[in-house]
Amino acid sequence: MGNAAIARGAMAAGLNLVCGYPGTPSTEVLETAAKANDGSLYVEWSVNEKAALELGAGAAYCGARSMVTMKQVGLNVASDPLMSLAYIGVKGGMVILVADDPGPISSQTEQDTRSFAAYSKLPCFDPSSVQEAYDMIQDAFAYSEQYHTPVLFRPTTRVCHGYASITVRDEAECLKNKPEGFVKDASKWVIFPRLSYQAHINIEARNVELQHVFSQYTRNTLTPAVAAGCRKGIATHGISSTYTAEALKGKDAPKLLKIATPFPFPEDMAVEFLQGLDEVLCIEELDPVIERELTYLCGKHHLNVNIRGKLTHDVKNAGENTCASVAADIANFMGWDTAKPQETEAPPALPVRPPVLCAGCPHRASFYAVKQAMKGKKAVFCGDIGCYTLGNAMPLDMVDTCLCMGAGVNITQGIGRIEPDTTCFAFVGDSTFFASAITGAVNAVYNQANMTLVVLDNSTTAMTGHQPHPGTGRTMMGQVVDKVSIEAVLKGVGVKTVETVNPLDLKAAIDTVQRVAAEDGVKAIIFKSPCAVLIKPEKPPVIDADKCRQCKRCITQLGCPGIVLKDGKVAIEQALCAGCGLCAQVCPFEAISEGGKD
Amino acid sequence: MQTNILICGVGGQGIVLTSKLIAATAMANHIPVMSAETIGMAQKGGSVFSFLRLGDDLHCPMFPEKTADILIGFEPAEAVRMLPYLKDGGSVVVNTHPIMPVTAALSGSDYTGQEMIGYLRRHVEHLVMTDGDAACKALGSPKVLNMVMLGLAIRQNVIPFSLEDIDKTMRATVKPQFAELNSQALRYEG
Repeated sequence: MGNAAIARGAMAAGLNLVCGYPGTPSTEVLETAAKANDGSLYVEWSVNEKAALELGAGAAYCGARSMVTMKQVGLNVASDPLMSLAYIGVKGGMVILVADDPGPISSQTEQDTRSFAAYSKLPCFDPSSVQEAYDMIQDAFAYSEQYHTPVLFRPTTRVCHGYASITVRDEAECLKNKPEGFVKDASKWVIFPRLSYQAHINIEARNVELQHVFSQYTRNTLTPAVAAGCRKGIATHGISSTYTAEALKGKDAPKLLKIATPFPFPEDMAVEFLQGLDEVLCIEELDPVIERELTYLCGKHHLNVNIRGKLTHDVKNAGENTCASVAADIANFMGWDTAKPQETEAPPALPVRPPVLCAGCPHRASFYAVKQAMKGKKAVFCGDIGCYTLGNAMPLDMVDTCLCMGAGVNITQGIGRIEPDTTCFAFVGDSTFFASAITGAVNAVYNQANMTLVVLDNSTTAMTGHQPHPGTGRTMMGQVVDKVSIEAVLKGVGVKTVETVNPLDLKAAIDTVQRVAAEDGVKAIIFKSPCAVLIKPEKPPVIDADKCRQCKRCITQLGCPGIVLKDGKVAIEQALCAGCGLCAQVCPFEAISEGGKD
Repeated sequence: MQTNILICGVGGQGIVLTSKLIAATAMANHIPVMSAETIGMAQKGGSVFSFLRLGDDLHCPMFPEKTADILIGFEPAEAVRMLPYLKDGGSVVVNTHPIMPVTAALSGSDYTGQEMIGYLRRHVEHLVMTDGDAACKALGSPKVLNMVMLGLAIRQNVIPFSLEDIDKTMRATVKPQFAELNSQALRYEG
């Protein structure tokens, strides 16, 4: 896997510390490093990306080689320390791995870390394959250390989650880095306006130098056209460069530019590419970074080249590229004939399979309990980022808003200020609570908000594949440690009513919600029940055919994949059912017996 | 020489392991391999696919439509969904047992997979069908569907290794107590 290759590459480059916060498609980088750790590496899932970035910076101040991993929206959380760190710089090599997600396949935004690199003025590396990711992360550490600056490394989903057989370094060729330790120097490590002014001058000079240096960097490539006299060119990057290579297989390929360092842009190489061309097609995912740079260079160097791409609508400006889309874009650009699709019979209507909460998921019970408790009342349900965002699906329909990590707790306060007659709920998972909901809770308490914070505590970070967090009592170094208590945190910041209840005990859960939500001020309910994927399933329940009147309430109220219609009749899908017993509590005719406890 | 393989089905059917076994077997036989698969949301009942490419001169793990040499469909509707990737004259092995999505149960529609099988019959020259549910019952475990499908796919002589090659990788990958059962499933012929 690309992410495993990145971890292996970083370790071959003498990595001393890796930390991060889970987020698809970046998560497996840190997990691979933790698995391969012989004890010489410090590995940590930090509480959020900002904490991780600051931790990584501290290590790099000491001369350690550090890597911080996150997804693209995680970079927004870490951007405060990163923008300043760009001015301060580092001693040891420091790579900030930010996985971008064209599509987006599992993210809120289609932001492009290459654009963030230009904004923060930090060098950026953009690998195109699993092998290149392995090799390039080692280059990234070397450049970072040579230029005393953190660097960004931004694979995209298809590189992160692609698999390939690759060649790795022999153990003996791998670097070992012994950090010198922190050397006190207030003129270097303490940021002040005067220092920032001087640092800004240095950064601009360095980036001009890097434009030349990167023009010689072997992973930026310039390939002449196959046919002499061709005055067209294609500029591309990342996974799109491999789609381009596929599309050009066996064809008269035009001149090709592949950009591995989108910032600082390899200007000398790009100008050499542009010379002698009439037209260039830029094939990119996310932002038109290369297209803008080339357009700028045409102006700067008085080159009469028509630059085409997303800005000219020759390439779609949202979503991910595919082999097919790139082949079509290239064929259009080159004026090649494209095979007309044959008329074929349209396939029958295909079943839609949206992601749903797992069978036995305790979140289903939590949402259902709140929904029942608030029946007929004016209420708003602010959701957050995690598996429980899927509570938005019918029939639960219990997520009215979702914005970004930890936002729900504050959004619900804003709604409450404008609509005081609305009962306001914020749902947040346990990992998200620690990552970014605690400040929201403090805000609500201090500013006298009227809301109920519902913590969906399944004792793991489920959405990204069950990473530990401060509430789980495990670390990535294998230690078993004291858990941080969500209840104690909430009480500590001044939430007076904090009740913990098992959502799978439906009656108790509904009673708790009704009682707690009726109180004034900020109050909290912790729905505590482990993630269904992590526990051994109970025996599936049995449907008593004599008692079942086929009202289908269990199906229409819960939307659980474990209950299906077979020949028009309600049936338990044995392979999926986790035996949580929620359906038995919902059945009005007591036709479903709880399997484990009949 | 390249072989493009597409495996598709529903989250939880063991597709990722199937893909990994083919990839690991290729590596054991010194055949370059690339693959890409859906990760994440798929666990929750979504459609899952895995693209696998074996051979030289590979650039990317995904391949364009109409280029798969073989499509291994773990579920009839998912096989139809990915059918545009099959090359003309390519092979399809499909499990005829449908999986009803939650959406179908909610709307009360009775999806049986029959119309999907009909479509495949009309549009695929080399179609091999098996009742995966019956196979699992005969073998005594719902978890061996992937090995039944993989064994069937290997026997089509499109993928360049033998059942013995796959068996060897499988034994090196799964827990020892499941090896024998998986081995039987690979060789299951109904």
